[in-house]
Amino acid sequence: MKYLAISAPLLMFLLDVVGDLKTNERQVFEIIDFDRFESMTMEKSEKLRVYNFWATWCAPCIKEMPYFEQIQEEDKDIEVVFISMDDGRKPERVTNFIEKRNIKSPVYLLNDVDYNKWIDKVSEDWSGAIPGTLFIKPDGLRSFFEGEVTYEELKSMISQLK
Amino acid sequence: MMTVFSLSAWAQDSQGYKVGDKASDFKLQNVDGSWVSLSGLDNSKGAIVIFSCNTCPYVVAYEDRMIELHKKFAPIGYPVIAINSNDDKISPGDSFENMKKRSKDKGFPFAYVYDKSQDVIKTYGGTRTPHVYILNKEGNDFVVKYIGAIDNNYQDASSVTENYVQNALDEVMNGKKVSVESTKAIGCTIKWTKKAE
Repeated sequence: MKYLAISAPLLMFLLDVVGDLKTNERQVFEIIDFDRFESMTMEKSEKLRVYNFWATWCAPCIKEMPYFEQIQEEDKDIEVVFISMDDGRKPERVTNFIEKRNIKSPVYLLNDVDYNKWIDKVSEDWSGAIPGTLFIKPDGLRSFFEGEVTYEELKSMISQLK
Repeated sequence: MMTVFSLSAWAQDSQGYKVGDKASDFKLQNVDGSWVSLSGLDNSKGAIVIFSCNTCPYVVAYEDRMIELHKKFAPIGYPVIAINSNDDKISPGDSFENMKKRSKDKGFPFAYVYDKSQDVIKTYGGTRTPHVYILNKEGNDFVVKYIGAIDNNYQDASSVTENYVQNALDEVMNGKKVSVESTKAIGCTIKWTKKAE
């Protein structure tokens, strides 16, 4: 599978970078393929899961990230996960970002550029523009919001889904 | 102010064109100062309309391929028209002045026009950059034949396995039905003008 094809030096580099996140030693960062992402979303969970699709170069994404982190901090009944659309050949952009911004929620870099094969499997309501956010209720029901959210908007969406 | 969402309002509005629709004409200013419209294209059989911008990394990755598409298809009647619809207050890098600069630096052989009012992208239903609409001239109408991505690998042109736009154009020119009429791709969101509060 694709995510096993990470070269050994790259893997060492990643472990090194993530290991260096001393302020946040349990920070999760991993490069994954779509199959892995899909199986993550299929897992059973008691929580409302919130998958935010973003990239380090995406200004509206970066603007809304602190709202996701804040709501995660306030509400332990949800689980926020950041899915990076950054270039899988340059993961240091993401690890540097995580460190600099002290991101606490798990971050995965979804490294599959054959987008048309998988965007509809995430949600048919998603055109592919980022930012975009997938919500999965404990019963498996999915909703998708494409576009930037404010803190209030995100809170309102979450409260409607609970 | 607290915005209240109803779940039904979350769904993307399905406004905009679908394959088979007739595209309306527009008149937008090009980086060279001229005005570009579909009806004003000389000897065209259609057009490759691409919602684009200066600032999106996906666009930057595709610029050379956009140039190649124009060089290949403009002489046979399907020129590229790149349209930037981003609000330059929200994204100053997408101003008309910066469009001129980008066009000059990259030597764009195609029209690069500014949809400042965002009316054109709203009519078409573009949501991201780059977002392609292939139009085919049928009588006096420009009919939408394909909506979506340029190909299936933004990172590396040599690793592309599906050339969506080229294949669709080949099929259109051969009078065949387009086999892949629409595709999705990750792209940069449009920087929509904020409504006055």
